[in-house]
Amino acid sequence: MLVLALDTATPAVTAGVVELTPDAPPRLLAQRVTVNAKAHGELLTPHLQEALAEAGHTLQDLDAIVCGSGPGPFTGLRVGLVTAAALGQALNRPVYPVPTPDAIALDANTGHPLLVATDARRKEVYWAAYDAAGRRTDGPHVDKPADVLDKLDTAVTAAAGEGARIYADVLDLPVVDARYPSPTSLVAAAAEELLAGARPAALTPLYLRRPDAVEPVGRKRVTR
Amino acid sequence: MTDRLILGIESSCDETGVGIVRLGPDGALELLADEVASSVEEHARFGGVVPEVASRAHLEAMVPTMRRAVEKAGIELSDIHSIAVTAGPGLAGALLVGTSAAKAYAAALDKPLFGVNHLAGHVAADTLQHGPLPKRCVALLVSGGHSQLLLVEGLAEKITEIGSTVDDAAGEAYDKVARLLDLPYPGGPPIDKLAKQGNGCAIAFPRGLTGPRDAKYDFSFSGLKTSVARWVEKREKAGEEIPLADVAASFQEAVADVLTAKAIRACQDFGVDTLVISGGVAANSRLSGLAAERCAEAGIELRVPRPRLCTDNGAMIAALGAHLVAAGAKPSPLDLSTVPGLPVGTVQVF
Ligand SMILES: [Zn+2]
Repeated sequence: MLVLALDTATPAVTAGVVELTPDAPPRLLAQRVTVNAKAHGELLTPHLQEALAEAGHTLQDLDAIVCGSGPGPFTGLRVGLVTAAALGQALNRPVYPVPTPDAIALDANTGHPLLVATDARRKEVYWAAYDAAGRRTDGPHVDKPADVLDKLDTAVTAAAGEGARIYADVLDLPVVDARYPSPTSLVAAAAEELLAGARPAALTPLYLRRPDAVEPVGRKRVTR
Repeated sequence: MTDRLILGIESSCDETGVGIVRLGPDGALELLADEVASSVEEHARFGGVVPEVASRAHLEAMVPTMRRAVEKAGIELSDIHSIAVTAGPGLAGALLVGTSAAKAYAAALDKPLFGVNHLAGHVAADTLQHGPLPKRCVALLVSGGHSQLLLVEGLAEKITEIGSTVDDAAGEAYDKVARLLDLPYPGGPPIDKLAKQGNGCAIAFPRGLTGPRDAKYDFSFSGLKTSVARWVEKREKAGEEIPLADVAASFQEAVADVLTAKAIRACQDFGVDTLVISGGVAANSRLSGLAAERCAEAGIELRVPRPRLCTDNGAMIAALGAHLVAAGAKPSPLDLSTVPGLPVGTVQVF
């Protein structure tokens, strides 16, 4: 089956066309990835069109769409999700959300327990822990890098994701070279459901933080 | 040429709007669907629109609102001829949800996309109800986000800002005064209601920027709001009862007086005989009442679209898109950027 993979939960604007069959790992046909945290809205649709063109396909050829559901900085994260949702509606194809760190963990593929940390800005990371088989055992959460090791209840041997690189000093773990989710891993993370034609989960972003908003302190009310 | 269906998507503030308009071969517009999902209630306890709350609501509402609009119009998405979307001005994160969706729809349906100006959309909304605009007219846009006087010389051709607020938008002043009087958010409807029981001449609140040397077409509402606050506080301190209805009516009178006086002066100075009033505050009874009175005296035709078309919606964006399509405008590229501070003179973004 032909799957479009999208992710905008990290500074990478990711679009890839992937072929998925029951008896082989997902195969990348074409991809467009630009690392630019401020250009998700501009680049995502042109990227997916270019990737499809390079793969010799059109949007009509797709069987399904997979989209990273975060966690990630909100503004960029929403671009991928609303793009995937609108494509799914207009093309009448299922859209499967995949937690973004799950794909990064598959990319890292260390065969050992792993920490995935992405940049949450405000000097915090989004993080999740994985076992040797790449299954998520904890998270995702958002914390200060210094607090992550205390909160981890499994012994991880390495860290992946851009947060792992930025806060390497604090996390004090060997950094694996898997910074952003690849299209093949996004598809691999949803492979079982894709192949089974399962009903997709709701396309809900993993925000992990509440909106910044304070209720106004009311002035003394006028008596009536 | 046959009918063309134009889809409009709006997400610049707290309303997710999807509208569908039929553009006839003669340029006539027919409104087929106008679906809006509002997050206004989620903002009420904050006393104003919280951008992140609005953006989250847009993401949730986009596909369901689109589905309702398509159903209401009795069409298939594939019947759409062109897609118009608000590219600015507005809240950055909110605009991004609508434009991203619009790009995806344009790509999936293989249809042209037009990134358009929200303010021009407010003017275009009137053509859905009252037909084509004259060659030249003045438009007064008043809402929680805008207070502008525009000279409109063709929706797809030339819109010039001749005046705007130097501080708060008119609707913002309503919200702030409403809070002062312990009325709910948004402040427009409750103040309007309360004002009907009061006397608009009871208190002489100041008319901002109406001195001989002040900018002729600009507005200022911040001083008015402060003046209302001082007036109320003074009486509270003295232990006097506050005549709430008179305060509301006198405040409303000051707002309507300045807005209509300046709008009519602009019509006269620019030699136009049509005034369009649009935006959420256009629904205010005193504003439309006073405007009707003064326009009649001055021999100016007043056009105020029905309230549903005045507030933010997708139909107005579809209407503007239809005008662009009819004028043979070139589509916007799919790497189109949103422009939160888009000036009103830029009708389309490329
Ligand atoms: Zn508006």
